Amino acid sequence: MGRTKKMVKEELANRPDNTAFTQQRLPAWQPMLSAGIVIPGFVIIGLAFIGIGVALFVTSQSIQLLELDYTGVEQTSPCFKCSDPNAKNCMCELTFSTDTLFKGPVFFYYGLSNYFQNYRSYGVSKDDDQLSGNLDNFKSPSDTCAPYEYDRNNKPFVPCGAVANSLFNDTFKLYQIVNGAKKVVPLDGKGISWWTDYNIKYRNPAVTPLKNAFNGTVKPLYWSKPAYELDPSDPANNGFINQDFLVWMRRAALPDFRKLYRRITDGDYAEGLPAGNYSLQIAYNYPVLSFEGRKKVVFSNVSWMGGKNEFLGIAYLVIGSLCVVMSVVMLIVYAKFKFPEEE
Amino acid sequence: MLRRRLNRLLGGDERRVDSRTIYVGHRSCSATEAFIPPKFCDNRIVSSKYTVWNFLPKNLFEQFRRIANFYFLIIFLVQVIVDTPTSPVTSGLPLFFVITVTAIKQGYEDWLRHKADNEVNKYLVTVLEDGGRIQKESEKIKVGDVVEVEEDETFPCDLILLQSSRDDDTCFVTTASLDGESNHKTHYTVPDTEKDLESLNATIECEQPQPDLYKFVGRMHIYKNDQEPTVRSLGPENLLLKGATLKNTQKICGVAVYTGMETKMALNYQGKSQKRSAVEKSINAFLLVYLCILVSKALVCTTLKYVWQSKPGQDEPWYNEKTQREKETNLYLKMFTDFLSFMVLFNFIIPVSMYVTVEMQKFLGSFFITWDKDFFDPEIKEGALVNTSDLNEELGQVEYVFTDKTGTLTQNNMEFIECCIDGFQYKYRDASSELDGFCVTDGPVSKLQQKAGREKEELFLRALCLCHTVQVKESAEQGQGQRDGLIDEVDGLGVDGEVVHPLQEQRGFIASSPDEVALVKGAMRYGFTFLGLESKTMKILNRNNDVEMYELLHVLNFDPVRRRMSVIVRSKSGDTLLFCKGADSSIFPRVRREEVERIRMHVERNATEGYRTLCVAYKILSAEEYAQADAGLREARLALQDREEKLMTVYNQVETGMSLIGATAVEDRLQEEAAETMEALQGAGMKVWVLTGDKMETAKSTCYACRLFQRNTELLELTVRTLEDGGRRREERLHDLLLEYHKKAVQDAPPVKAGVTRSWSSAGQDYGFIIDGATLSMVLNSSSESNSNRYKNLFLQICQNCTSVLCCRMAPLQKAQIVKMVKNSKGSPITLSIGDGANDVSMILEAHVGIGIKGKEGRQAVRNSDYAIPKLKHLKKLLLAHGHLYYVRIAHLVQYFFYKNLCFILPQFLYQFFCGYSQQPLYDAAYLTMYNICFTSMPILAYSLLEQHICMEVLLDNATLYREIAKNAMLRWGPFLYWTLLGVFHGLLFFFGVRFLFSNPALQDNGQVFGNWSYGTIVFTVLVFTVTLKLALDTRHWTWINHFVIWGSLAFYVFFSFFWGGIIWPFLRQQRLYFVFANMLSSVSAWLVIILLILLSLLPEILLVVFRKPRGPHARQKPVQSSAGGRQSPRSSARPLLMRTFSDESNTVI
Repeated sequence: MGRTKKMVKEELANRPDNTAFTQQRLPAWQPMLSAGIVIPGFVIIGLAFIGIGVALFVTSQSIQLLELDYTGVEQTSPCFKCSDPNAKNCMCELTFSTDTLFKGPVFFYYGLSNYFQNYRSYGVSKDDDQLSGNLDNFKSPSDTCAPYEYDRNNKPFVPCGAVANSLFNDTFKLYQIVNGAKKVVPLDGKGISWWTDYNIKYRNPAVTPLKNAFNGTVKPLYWSKPAYELDPSDPANNGFINQDFLVWMRRAALPDFRKLYRRITDGDYAEGLPAGNYSLQIAYNYPVLSFEGRKKVVFSNVSWMGGKNEFLGIAYLVIGSLCVVMSVVMLIVYAKFKFPEEE
Repeated sequence: MLRRRLNRLLGGDERRVDSRTIYVGHRSCSATEAFIPPKFCDNRIVSSKYTVWNFLPKNLFEQFRRIANFYFLIIFLVQVIVDTPTSPVTSGLPLFFVITVTAIKQGYEDWLRHKADNEVNKYLVTVLEDGGRIQKESEKIKVGDVVEVEEDETFPCDLILLQSSRDDDTCFVTTASLDGESNHKTHYTVPDTEKDLESLNATIECEQPQPDLYKFVGRMHIYKNDQEPTVRSLGPENLLLKGATLKNTQKICGVAVYTGMETKMALNYQGKSQKRSAVEKSINAFLLVYLCILVSKALVCTTLKYVWQSKPGQDEPWYNEKTQREKETNLYLKMFTDFLSFMVLFNFIIPVSMYVTVEMQKFLGSFFITWDKDFFDPEIKEGALVNTSDLNEELGQVEYVFTDKTGTLTQNNMEFIECCIDGFQYKYRDASSELDGFCVTDGPVSKLQQKAGREKEELFLRALCLCHTVQVKESAEQGQGQRDGLIDEVDGLGVDGEVVHPLQEQRGFIASSPDEVALVKGAMRYGFTFLGLESKTMKILNRNNDVEMYELLHVLNFDPVRRRMSVIVRSKSGDTLLFCKGADSSIFPRVRREEVERIRMHVERNATEGYRTLCVAYKILSAEEYAQADAGLREARLALQDREEKLMTVYNQVETGMSLIGATAVEDRLQEEAAETMEALQGAGMKVWVLTGDKMETAKSTCYACRLFQRNTELLELTVRTLEDGGRRREERLHDLLLEYHKKAVQDAPPVKAGVTRSWSSAGQDYGFIIDGATLSMVLNSSSESNSNRYKNLFLQICQNCTSVLCCRMAPLQKAQIVKMVKNSKGSPITLSIGDGANDVSMILEAHVGIGIKGKEGRQAVRNSDYAIPKLKHLKKLLLAHGHLYYVRIAHLVQYFFYKNLCFILPQFLYQFFCGYSQQPLYDAAYLTMYNICFTSMPILAYSLLEQHICMEVLLDNATLYREIAKNAMLRWGPFLYWTLLGVFHGLLFFFGVRFLFSNPALQDNGQVFGNWSYGTIVFTVLVFTVTLKLALDTRHWTWINHFVIWGSLAFYVFFSFFWGGIIWPFLRQQRLYFVFANMLSSVSAWLVIILLILLSLLPEILLVVFRKPRGPHARQKPVQSSAGGRQSPRSSARPLLMRTFSDESNTVI
């Protein structure tokens, strides 16, 4: 008896486990994409897509957009005089008019083209530690910042690096021309950058006044003002958490890009820009012609889907209709070939 | 050749000569000569590849020889040296991981080999040394040691037999594990050696080791008390080979002449070379394509970069000045580093993780073979064994199966099935109620329940008992009775009225042919027991328990030409009797016509059933007749010239005018389900070749029994016999025959598409081809070079057009030669060898896939095989189910990997056109690294382990499904192109879809804009979802694991992205992805574009699946009807004709 027991035991030890997994017999769902599922599926998807497409298209159509190039390439352009690289503190004025109410809130973008913010060497040329307020990096910026690390006197640039150095520094003032007089359209510079950038990612050093933190450093080469004086009107909008600076530091994906400059949300213009004539006063500082770039300003309102973008709506409509067409084709194919086979 | 090489290798010491001198027992032969012990290699068998010391360097070297690993090493080095867009960690870490995992795996496998080697090497052997016996480990045996071996032990090295415990200075040996012949062979001691080995003073001079098992030449000098040394010649009959087993002899002593790797067995092995599967070759080919894509991408980008930069203002815009160092660098050097940077940026297109996943898939996947309970054999209590997991998928690609016969196709276990006496059929039934266990079945002619006369019956049984060359094996007396008693009880064989002596039941017989043993045992069951041959007297115990004595006068030996043998005996009563047994074709003409008809029917029926049949006849010789025969025989035996022919003439004279008594049917038991397995393999498009060391007749009948040859198969025979038939020179005859067969099988045959597509239903003639070892060596090593090549080609072409090929009388190396020849033939078909003995090792190693059967003949084959299974029948499931699934899984895995990396990297490539060719990565480094490791690796791994696109039962039932994946169908350029185009399509879609979306980067309802990392993250999200869902679409077998990993991977991606973007990581220099993912999700447009792109990418796939569907369900349901369709199911159909053992004339062409 004992022997048989032992033998059984031994056999059990060697015998493979008879489990569903080891025997590759796990219960399994074996889906078959049959016409009965696919055709209705296609119809539903198609209809849903057409629905979304229509919504997107209509929304996109309803978004108003106004683009004004102010590079000043053409001689007729009011900014032509400023396009000369030698011109200093050049101001130019652009006028435009709207026929209807430009519904608010209106977003005011500036746009650059043929400008490669996505250059790799450009993109890495910054010091995130410095920008998060680490004072050590004020004295010795990371070597990624090269060639905008130290100036000729070997003083560190703060903020260092190519991205910060090339901060867009044209400024704009918008006036509505009411009966020949200029009425200032108030521009709101808050909330144009990501909330997390402003509140968490970028930090000024905890030094008051902020200016002291910058002792022993120099402002970036192309900057006219040091970082702690970017916005004299609002102390919370200085240093590394200046909204314009933050917007600039978020590198654009493509060489033709636009960035949010201001929002028009206050006062008489909360409802939008009424029909009429406007004047845009531009402090033209930013050189782009050397690399054949273009500058423009864009006024736009936004919807739930963001800015104006016809691509999505059209794509949805096309795909939706394709789905419907395909389901019809499939229905015909199946009616012709499959059903007789089943009989 | 080998010897020369060996000599060259060992050159320097005295063995530059062609012989070696061995001092028996290490004793100096004469006092005058200084004794210098010659150095020979030790008796260690090494099959492992590494040692502890050389593992690291050797393994690393081996691993970096793989192009993939080398490539990643280069990429890593470039990243370390050059300023590149991604950090060295991104490629260094995975590479390190891969190398480590592979090293561990290979180390483990080598450890197993070490263990197996040790088992052999540490085996304890008794060595006679300095007057005592010493237990030594087998590996420590030195040449010249006197080794003692006991019964049933295998010889630890090649020995010259000095002393045997048997009186007649012989010993019996079975070389089953060497050449597959399981009969006992007699070996002789060196004549006149002294009984006392202690005082034996001798040297042996013999040739250097060579692989031929049947050749040995040597001389032994025996020195006796200062006399002139006596010289004895040594031949193969004195040599006991390592691997052979001592039988029927209590113990022997022998002196070691060849040890370790120099033994004939070891020399018959071939070096273990790493086997590469066809899939791996495909991977390498694809890899080259992708490498080309990669290089051309990098070249395009580099060129365009410099073209673009040559435009004014683009090279160095004011906002992005170059560093001092960049300005100083040489332009060409810059170009080169740019090129390297692009390479690094795009290097993810060649997936390092694929190698990890493939390795893991193979390693884990092979467990399913080990775990399969269908492979478990209750007899040996073991399941399948996987030695190499590298070849799993190759099991699904086999085109040629080379199988051993003995122990593989057959059990090598003959059994007496029935006999026919005087036209009445007798069938033995174990649990019969008949008094003597002998019952009459209602055969077609027999009158019901009638028996032949008792006299005839007894005559027949006496004939069986006398007409043979069987020896009785003496068994140890002690404990015999007890054991027998036990057996008696258990078997219930002790039938009253007929007392079976326990000793007889247990009696062992030895014979050169297992048939004879079966016959003698058969007679024993009917009450006539052969007790043995003692000094020319044969003793028989008859039914009445009386001992009958016969004087053996002559044995007229069996030979394959006569196909019969006879004995002449004189009974106690003084009658001289001749008993003859042989193939029906050779007996029928020599007996009276009227007797034939009654028996012919039975014989033919038995033959049809697959049994080996023999007819038995006898004749009473009158005194004159005997005197004449006796004189003739004696004269012929003494003849010095043409002895054979003279003997033959006398034999033919004597064996005439006999009367037929009956016929026997013996079954050479096939392995369980051997025929079904072979049929399934052939149905699956594989060609089965039988390679055996056995005799042609036996092998041929096995082929018929296994249904490798069918009734209508025309046999093309190319053997020594057919070559000698014409009476011309062999060479000429060979030439003619080859041409004739070629014409028949190749030129006249209806054009069939190459290899696999031979359909069952083809109306054309089936051909079977038979060749033997001697002829094969003529074909392969023909005298002239040109002929040799031509013959080889002819031979191959003939073989490839035959349904089955039988190669008999093969030496182990010849088996490998055949495998090699087929392996290297046109189209390089995938070969599989299956065998159970050491004689199969060389072919197991040579074939793409080597399968060992865990048979009785030792473990050599199992040790050297890639897979080992307990029984032949398991081969069917191993190939048709496991092999098929593994192939489909890994093929899909490979294609999918290339696809997913192509559509991963293509957007990154396209992005270069929009970022001034500045090597700006589109995706964050974390995504780049994690994509292949975490986000998309698990679903495909699960798929490649669990997928069953067709379930196992269906695969087993329907062998034709195997053909669908033949010739690497899923990894050819067609499917590869499809997957590549799919990858390109998806890549383009991902990139440009998002590109159009970003024509206005204000994507949030608060008007804020997205930057480049948002762009990349959207593309990446679409990518991860699409490739995962694409796999989900391809998955036909959703277990909970698949659900878990597919949905889990996607969830993990989302979770990881949140996590990665949700924290300021202190160790990162740039917080690029901070809140990018969360912001992306807050944008409706991003959501919409993601959904749109995923759906758009998968739509064509869905359409394809649906439109292809009418074939889809068909393939899955078809099996039920079609398995019955092609060929009748094995059981129901009439069993095909089995040729009578010795009479195959009618079916051969000659």
